[in-house]
Amino acid sequence: MVDISKDKFEIIGANASESQSIVRPSISYWQDAWRRLKMNKVAMASLVFLIFLVLMAIFGPYMRPFDYAHQDLFNTNKPFSKVHWFGTDYLGRDLFVRVWMGARVSLFIGVTIAFLDAVIGVTYGGIAGYFGGQVDNIMMRIVDILYGIPYLILVILLMVVMGQGLWTIITAMVMTGWVGMARIVRGQVLQLKEQEFVLAAKTLGASPGRIILRHLIPNALGPIIVSMTFDVPNAIFSEAFLSYIGLGIRAPLASWGTLANDATQVLLMYPMQLFIPGFFISVTMLAFNMLGDGLRDALDPRLRR
Amino acid sequence: MKDNVILEVKNLKKYFHVNGGILKAVDDVSFNIKRGETLGLVGESGCGKSTTGRTVIGLYEATGGSVIFDDIPVHKMNDETRRKFARKAQMIFQDPYASLNPRMTVGDIIGEGIDIHGLYTGKERRERIYNLLELVGLNREHANRFPHEFSGGQRQRIGIARAMAIEPEFIVCDEPISALDVSIQAQIVNLLMNLQEEKGLTYLFIAHDLSMVRHISDRVAVMYLGSIAELTQSGELYTNPLHPYTQALLSAVPIPDPEVERKRERIILEGDVPSPINPPSGCRFRTRCKYAMDICSEVTPPLKEVGSGHFVACHLFDK
Repeated sequence: MVDISKDKFEIIGANASESQSIVRPSISYWQDAWRRLKMNKVAMASLVFLIFLVLMAIFGPYMRPFDYAHQDLFNTNKPFSKVHWFGTDYLGRDLFVRVWMGARVSLFIGVTIAFLDAVIGVTYGGIAGYFGGQVDNIMMRIVDILYGIPYLILVILLMVVMGQGLWTIITAMVMTGWVGMARIVRGQVLQLKEQEFVLAAKTLGASPGRIILRHLIPNALGPIIVSMTFDVPNAIFSEAFLSYIGLGIRAPLASWGTLANDATQVLLMYPMQLFIPGFFISVTMLAFNMLGDGLRDALDPRLRR
Repeated sequence: MKDNVILEVKNLKKYFHVNGGILKAVDDVSFNIKRGETLGLVGESGCGKSTTGRTVIGLYEATGGSVIFDDIPVHKMNDETRRKFARKAQMIFQDPYASLNPRMTVGDIIGEGIDIHGLYTGKERRERIYNLLELVGLNREHANRFPHEFSGGQRQRIGIARAMAIEPEFIVCDEPISALDVSIQAQIVNLLMNLQEEKGLTYLFIAHDLSMVRHISDRVAVMYLGSIAELTQSGELYTNPLHPYTQALLSAVPIPDPEVERKRERIILEGDVPSPINPPSGCRFRTRCKYAMDICSEVTPPLKEVGSGHFVACHLFDK
């Protein structure tokens, strides 16, 4: 064996604190989720489409010199043209402007319902899950009862009381819609509250409110966001359906549902009038669902194969 | 309190309602811990060690008995004494991967106790968190990172820093090393011992590694199926185990000497641990004990002092 003398070695030192340092840049859960979402092409295409939709809902009605309620009885049921990009309806109203006004209403209804469902559902489910036992039992039976009430009946009843309109639809759908969110949040909370970091917070003397807000809900946010994304297209479709059967918002305000409803009267002659709102309803729902799928994969990497 | 006792556990019972009956996880357990002392609590999986720890710290409501910590009755607290108790008694958890909130930065995790009790704010709070990180051998740069960026040993250090943040007097260590690599276990145990020396802490150290418990504990309690079988000074327990269960447990500890190891005789216990839902009558160990007598099935042996500070619950030592 070759003799290696000691002076050939040099102590360069081992710093205890250096050995603990982390070189990789710090990345939070949300940055990581965004990175995963960006890799999902379908979800990103959906996101781009939805952003386009929102921008058009804001600016679209101002792109043509027509008012959404302005009737021009000399120019009814016009086909696509340079003046009326999507043509006109049976009262001569410009369909391009009306489609984007409808987008405003539909998106507003979708987002508002999803938001209100989330607020009520998260609070209710969080409390039921955290306190558990009898509290949970009673609260969830109430949810079961509400789950059994068809929202259509509620819409009709509320319409008698509140009159036909935007807020009647929103109220009725939130009253029955939040239970889904409550169930999801309760399940998450039941699972999370036995985790050691929650026990640690309890030992530190944290109040139930602090534990729910700082420990339980932030960890359940992934499923909450995903559920909200699926809630939006459901609400949009339900509104379209209600408007289509005549229980929706009132003319001259338009939603995609009322546009489709109006178009059925002239369906045989001018099918394009139904095709346009139908197209936007379908593509929007598809985009929200695809984005929801992508978000679920991005926010909960364990679910991915 | 007499003899400087900081924690007094008397006839503690914790039962859980499960399908098929009542699970007696902790059944009539009594012990004291003196200020500055470490009491080791050993026993096999499912014998009620962790439940005892969690009940002592007030995470579980006790079914019966009492826990008195520094004149505070732990299970009869109002909000104010609960906060006072929380400042004095803390816990270190078993699983370093589950015990840190993945959505919070390390700085916020450590600072949570400071925030809850309103100890420091702003710059002082930040300084305090940096000091705590350095106290447990981490860097101050780690405050802005998230738990998933750390190794198991580092996470356990963060857990220790969180418990230390509010300067407690008493810490329940619930198997703090059993989820770590052996090389890291020594680091964590040494850290805990150094902290104890520096701050005069009192530990209830729950573990199933007998050699580790011997290293850190002043006294050791051996649990079997929800009750204490033997309780004595740690040196005494290892040289002079009296309870047949303790003898069997100790015979399973490998000795780092091949000569001795070859000749070592293991006491192999027969059968399995009986179900805690329907435990044997009398002495709970009698079904697996080679010395079992008639009286063992009839009378539950009480924990009795047989030598100076050496308690054992076994009819073999009835006089």
